[in-house]
Amino acid sequence: MLRSEFHADLQKLQDDLLNLGSMVEKATIKAIDALKTRDLPLSRQVIEEDDVIDDIRYEIEARCEDLIAKQQPLATDLRLIIAIMHIVGELERMGDYAEGVAKISLAMGDEAPLKPLIDIPRMAQKASLMTRQSLDALVERDVDLAITVAESDDEVDALYDQIFRELVTFMIEDPRTIQRATYLLWVAHDLERIADRATNIAERVVYLVTGELSKLKEIFP
Amino acid sequence: MTETRKGLGSTTVPKLSVKEHAAPGESPTVITVNKLDVHYGTFCAVRGVSMKIKENRVTAFIGPSGCGKSTVLRCFNRMNVLIPGARVTGEINFFGQDLYAAEVDPTEMRSRVGMVFQKPNPFPKSIYDNVAFGLKVNGYTGNYPDAVERSLKRAALWGEVKDRLKENALQLSGGQQQRLCIARALAPEPEVLLMDEPASALDPISTLAIEQLINDLCTDVSIIIVTHNMQQAARVSHETAFFMVDDDRAGYLVEFDDTSNIFTNPNDERTEAYITGRFS
Repeated sequence: MLRSEFHADLQKLQDDLLNLGSMVEKATIKAIDALKTRDLPLSRQVIEEDDVIDDIRYEIEARCEDLIAKQQPLATDLRLIIAIMHIVGELERMGDYAEGVAKISLAMGDEAPLKPLIDIPRMAQKASLMTRQSLDALVERDVDLAITVAESDDEVDALYDQIFRELVTFMIEDPRTIQRATYLLWVAHDLERIADRATNIAERVVYLVTGELSKLKEIFP
Repeated sequence: MTETRKGLGSTTVPKLSVKEHAAPGESPTVITVNKLDVHYGTFCAVRGVSMKIKENRVTAFIGPSGCGKSTVLRCFNRMNVLIPGARVTGEINFFGQDLYAAEVDPTEMRSRVGMVFQKPNPFPKSIYDNVAFGLKVNGYTGNYPDAVERSLKRAALWGEVKDRLKENALQLSGGQQQRLCIARALAPEPEVLLMDEPASALDPISTLAIEQLINDLCTDVSIIIVTHNMQQAARVSHETAFFMVDDDRAGYLVEFDDTSNIFTNPNDERTEAYITGRFS
């Protein structure tokens, strides 16, 4: 492979990573919609589609490995490939969390959720937005946007704490709600982890642009 | 403070105490270059190079063909003055002493700043005589067999040649010949070893042997290596200097930094363009 093809391949790698990010974002929203509307076939679809996400993750990793072996990338090229290898892993795990939400939905079966779902869909919207913004920051090499993503994580954490307190109150008041409350707690936890991983992606963007790898929340508390 | 080295006759380049040069936590400087220009006749081959080469470190010079990296290297042991019409201006200090001062004896100085070339160039003599030659030129009066053995061991060649020291050096393989040339350069125990693409004519296994040798030698020799192989520069060197050529075909220094910075996050976009292959 010639050097000119290498740079085209790098671009293609980034494009495919963005497509994967879009799939993960959709999976998250779909999993929450299915939970909210009790659409069990849609939950099953999210679970099936996660296999595709997993396959794409390993395919992108293999292409990164191939480029490193054959092209000996340096500087920005090297940092981009390293960033992609980490980000693709983050996205794949986010897909697993969406799958986790879908599995909880199936476990709940025909049973109605413990309470109307308001804060959980809000969490899902925020986590998905963070995912999209972290990838936009990657495309634009935008450190400021990456920092915004890290700051948004605090809002998701705050929502999680609020949901946690609310559900624990349900459980204390009526132990018969424990199972249903626990289901929703797991869902909230999955969404909180998705937001954490979007922050990890944002950290990789800062690394790609500056060469510095740091915990964004420690730099911009 | 000066010291005279033993066994090499008179030493005209005074060796200053390294402590006088070293800032806290920094390696001492062995060669200081200040505003170096090199002309061949009216043609300016190198313009305005300033840098500090640190002691017992490996410094790599990289850059496209014609960027002056070999020319700068050859200035460090006054090889350029052998080329008719060559003119070197600016300062090159070796442990604080002007390398181009009239009182400096070039032969003696070259025993302290050794050189290894791209193509192995052993003399058509025995393996032993090749190494002993460097000592004889400098009037060495010590134990020759011991000095030859020591040099061959330092060049990681002793085990392969110890039973055939009287054989002609040209019978050795290319990689062995290059290590013999390194042994020859090491015999007078130089402080600096200049290597001009020392592995580019060798196969990958011999190349790795040379790189290992560079790594082993730099504990007590300062090494400056010119290489076109960027991966080699990244593997063997501590500091890297990137040179470029301007519109008048004069070479100049773009960036000089820790090798890890140069190859992962260079400061200058011209360095970035060169090492990522986006150089037009």
